[in-house]
Amino acid sequence: MSSVQLQVFLQTVIQGFLLGGLYALLGIGMTIIMGVMKIINLAHGELMMVAMYIAFVLFSAFHMDPYLSVVIAAPALFLLGVGIQKYLINPVLKVDSILPENQVILTVGIGMVLVNVATIVFKSDYRQTPVDYSTKAWYLSDFWRTSPIELSLSLPWTVSFVIAVLITGGLWFFLTRTDLGKSIRATAQDQDAAILMGVNVQRVRMITFGLGSALVGAAGCLFIPIYYIYPDIGGQFTLIAFVITILGGLGSTVGAIIGGLILGLFESLTATYIGMGWAPVGRFIIFVAALIFLPGGVASLIRTRKFGK
Amino acid sequence: MKRYLPYIIAGLLALLPLAGLSSYVMHILILVIMWAVIGMAWNLLSGYCGQVSFGHAAFFGTGAYTAGMLYSKLGISGWWGIPLSVIVVSVFALVIGYICLRLRGPFFALATLSMGVILRITAENMVDFTGGDLGIMIRERSWVEKTWYYYIILAIAVGTFLAVKQVMESKLGYYFVAIREDQDAAESLGINTTLYKTIALVLSAVLTGFAGAFYTNYMGYIDPKVVFALHDISIVTIMVVMVGGVATYWGPGVGAIIMVLLAEVIRSIPTLGTAHQTFFGILLIVIIIFLPNGIVGDFAKLKRMLGMAKT
Repeated sequence: MSSVQLQVFLQTVIQGFLLGGLYALLGIGMTIIMGVMKIINLAHGELMMVAMYIAFVLFSAFHMDPYLSVVIAAPALFLLGVGIQKYLINPVLKVDSILPENQVILTVGIGMVLVNVATIVFKSDYRQTPVDYSTKAWYLSDFWRTSPIELSLSLPWTVSFVIAVLITGGLWFFLTRTDLGKSIRATAQDQDAAILMGVNVQRVRMITFGLGSALVGAAGCLFIPIYYIYPDIGGQFTLIAFVITILGGLGSTVGAIIGGLILGLFESLTATYIGMGWAPVGRFIIFVAALIFLPGGVASLIRTRKFGK
Repeated sequence: MKRYLPYIIAGLLALLPLAGLSSYVMHILILVIMWAVIGMAWNLLSGYCGQVSFGHAAFFGTGAYTAGMLYSKLGISGWWGIPLSVIVVSVFALVIGYICLRLRGPFFALATLSMGVILRITAENMVDFTGGDLGIMIRERSWVEKTWYYYIILAIAVGTFLAVKQVMESKLGYYFVAIREDQDAAESLGINTTLYKTIALVLSAVLTGFAGAFYTNYMGYIDPKVVFALHDISIVTIMVVMVGGVATYWGPGVGAIIMVLLAEVIRSIPTLGTAHQTFFGILLIVIIIFLPNGIVGDFAKLKRMLGMAKT
């Protein structure tokens, strides 16, 4: 492998890793909703789109930095998520019907409404937040002058990745060290037992849906300096989040992080070595392969190999 | 009387073009019947057999591309796509079924959804084979008048209706319902669930493929974004059946009428035109919350609700 090839390869891997960190945040939001509520939220990417537009509006009206808008967008999405759970999903869980997949179809309907309202309000133009650091980059040679190979790291990608890692860390702390976090994990493990232990499952469900939405909202704000936005952007991210969830193992947070990283790497590699247009196909090949060869996801591997806990 | 209802309705529909309807009305009728076909096909797999598919665009698109590529690559009439699509769509359905049918419930739904997307992206990227995003244009239309198109799709619809009814009144149909109600119980009673789910999928796919092949010939133009569309095909298919009535014979027809008319009405109002998906979404949410079995399935409930509103 010549040094140029090596350079391209390393660059691809790093890029995939950074992307994977953001994907992980996206996947965690979906996986905790799935773990607690046992439903697939197909409006996940659309919620992210809402957060991206909140960040966009804050930027264009008040010149607020997209990274700062996490503080506003995430709580806003939390409230939106709680509202959706309370007024739309809960009533459906109660009605009896022939098809049990009604909740999934319901979230599709919610997603359609969100996308369409965004199209009406913001038009389908591609928009972005032109921040001055969006094209800045780090170079390996800045730190290591005699380096034989040259690597570059985009500044916004790095910052987004670091914030994503911080948020994930905060979430981990919340889930393992606080009472509320413990009741969420208890409900995910065994709902009936959680009720018997005095957990208010209704409240936990609402908070979980809100939390999942807030996480994807934060991910949206982190994506903004890198991506452009348009109302339909959500759909692909819903699929990405779902693929990560399957890859990681349903309801497993650690699995979602690993799944996100694997997917990020794989997509980056497909885009470099096969072609940009095929990156989404790579995503689905991973998905199908995971379904067939590793139906329990990475989480099942962790469990059998007794990694970690 | 009830036994002859399908024949009476088919007869009335066959007489409709004689009334001298405008070509716009004929277009709407053709679309309604086409969606009814897709809805009935989806209903067979998802309504009766309980395997909710989010990716019927995969079969619709495969049928459409079979017809389109016969024309663009081999230069023969796209109408041969209708018989030939049986083979092509069956092969695709078997492959997709092999992968997806081992999954249950929401996972099957999502797996089929991704199959639809994979096929779309593949069709977009294999430019030499499918023509990519340029799509396929049928340059010579078979007829200018819509009457013949109408009769062809009507024949397909009648055939689909009878096929679904025949299947559902046979032993096969009972297997399907048993699988929907409790797959493990069905399995323990000795039903080969994988086999019957595959049969349901292939039947459903082939019927959807007919509609796709018809679509190519009727519209004269296809591209991957149109025929493999997630929202405009796969989700609308689900909506047609959800609105009309899951696991009912007449549900898809009723749903198709409502959905096509609703889409046309909303599009014709200039200020609301862009908002048609909002209305679809709200309709879907309302239907799922209040009439989870659709208009036909929950007709008694609907009557009661309206009756209560009056008093």
